[in-house]
Amino acid sequence: MTLRRYILRRLLLLIPILLGVLIMVFVISYLIPADPARAWAGPQARPAQVEALREQYHLNDPLHMQIYYYLKKLILHFDLGISATTHRPVMNDLKAFFPATFELAFFAFLLAIVIGIPLGVISALKRNRLIDHVARIIALTGVSTPLFWSALLLQFIFYYKLGWLPAVGRSMIQIHRYTGFILLDSVLNGNWEALSDAFRRLILPAVTLAFYSMGYLVRITRGSMLEVLESDYVAMAKAKGLPERIINYRHALKNAIIPPITVLGINFGWLLSGTVLLETIFAWPGMGRYAAGSIVQVDLPAIVGYTLVVALVMILSNLIVDISYSIIDPRVRVGGKVE
Amino acid sequence: MKAPPFILLSSRYRILKKRLHPLTKEFGLTLYVLRKSRLAMIGAVIVALFIFLAIFGELIAPYDPNEIDIAARFSVPTREHLLGTDKLGRDVFSRILVGARYTIRSGLTVLAIAVPTGIILGGIAGLFGGWLDEMIMRITDVFLAFPYLILAMSFSAALGPSLFNAMLALSLVWWPLYTRLVRGQALAVRETAYVEAATSKGASKWNLIFKHILPNCLSPILVTFTLDMGAIITAAAALSFLGFGAQPPLSEWGRMVSDGRQYLFQAWWVSLFPGFAIALTVLGFNLLGDGIRDALDPKLRRITEVKWKKRIRS
Repeated sequence: MTLRRYILRRLLLLIPILLGVLIMVFVISYLIPADPARAWAGPQARPAQVEALREQYHLNDPLHMQIYYYLKKLILHFDLGISATTHRPVMNDLKAFFPATFELAFFAFLLAIVIGIPLGVISALKRNRLIDHVARIIALTGVSTPLFWSALLLQFIFYYKLGWLPAVGRSMIQIHRYTGFILLDSVLNGNWEALSDAFRRLILPAVTLAFYSMGYLVRITRGSMLEVLESDYVAMAKAKGLPERIINYRHALKNAIIPPITVLGINFGWLLSGTVLLETIFAWPGMGRYAAGSIVQVDLPAIVGYTLVVALVMILSNLIVDISYSIIDPRVRVGGKVE
Repeated sequence: MKAPPFILLSSRYRILKKRLHPLTKEFGLTLYVLRKSRLAMIGAVIVALFIFLAIFGELIAPYDPNEIDIAARFSVPTREHLLGTDKLGRDVFSRILVGARYTIRSGLTVLAIAVPTGIILGGIAGLFGGWLDEMIMRITDVFLAFPYLILAMSFSAALGPSLFNAMLALSLVWWPLYTRLVRGQALAVRETAYVEAATSKGASKWNLIFKHILPNCLSPILVTFTLDMGAIITAAAALSFLGFGAQPPLSEWGRMVSDGRQYLFQAWWVSLFPGFAIALTVLGFNLLGDGIRDALDPKLRRITEVKWKKRIRS
């Protein structure tokens, strides 16, 4: 199977999975004992107002009809409905909040990869030396520390005690928004003050978010690298008298890098999960905070919209990971029977 | 003449011992490998301490965890209040000691619900194959397609926020991991000669699951679970932190971190110490899990086995 057909097939597989996600969220919302319409209308609402809301959101209809109405709107008008609490279209809300979350998650992802993988490799190459112990301690701390706690700890140290970095919020400096990604927009505006402010505000949440994934990557990379270094062909390469550098990087690393890459897709999912916590703590105006708020207020259209977007991002990131295998390892024929 | 009963008993014991020998031998080796690893032992000590606190925390706590003493509010860590007091003057140290039980309860609940569900579904999917396998795995895919925290939050919000519902919600999102694990193992075991032999002798499918596939899944499940315990504890604490789990005045650790968050700069000990307790416990489970994984790893085992045999002989 060619790469293009494989990607096409995987993209087609998106549809049933997204449909499954949609059905599941609707089933959960159906099982809620509380009456969402009453919650949206507020405590002072008259019964007629509540009834009108129920009619508007098809809450009186059976479950399969609700899903049908939702799908019809989504497919025909690319419309995710109107949020019951912000009274704006969910699509607009998500569009407004997406760049902030993406900026945060992507930066953290990059940080985790750039630090995690090299640290894992060095740790394996210098096994049982000081740097290995240090790397393993960092990795263990990373995977053991709850995100919401390290966030508070970093705020306490770097904002309150040292005063180096701002504690909460995204950059408020007014610049023309081309894309909504503040880092990118500042560069496009040529506004370096805005860039440095945006960057300083990004550091604490991104580092906190990256910490867990980084630790996980160090562990996976180290284990995988150690295994490869003990394999026969590395011994053979050594016997041939190849220089250490070539053995380590050309022979060992190329094979050892597959497991860390496999977990990158899952890692991105964790980062998105983490944004819910982090955006709440750092008052970061992103999708995660939006989702947490929507769940509290039983804002069903917003929750469904958010879950669909996140599921889409996660499936796509897994697809990218699968495709990148074939680029790194020519033995892996995508779509073929690898098992 | 019949043999006196104690001889019968002792011979039975000998037969039993002989039969169990491969099992006990392996177990002894596992323990030996585990004991050799210093980090794993540190992990074991932390986990043991945690379990001890979960059972006896209330007895050794110097104060009642919910005793309000407004006069002593926001006391810095002193000799009377080892880790200070919170906004109501409650002793943070006592609250942490008592809180251990809520944390272990969430881990055990997930163990009791998610793991058996995963084993049964994974076993069925791997063994029966066909449309049943397809259906189970697609449902698993849906569950894995979005962040577990969001899903758990929605479940918990739907059921009404309480500690028990948060645990239930976590169990609901945690089983797919074990389903995948057991299915993979079942697929591998299904192809082995001894399963073929059992099938040709007429063993039933359930017999296959419980006699052949399950025992072969036990060590990966054990390793996954020990390493997972940390993630479960963190997730449960995160749910409580966000307000979807334990409700006040319960001294659940995640809840304590969130309650103290407002006063972080004024009284850091209120939220930072409970968070440290979570981190330490998770670290303990991770260290122990690493140790168990290494101890069950066939490669590492054989290397140590030689040393172990030498030691037993001498």
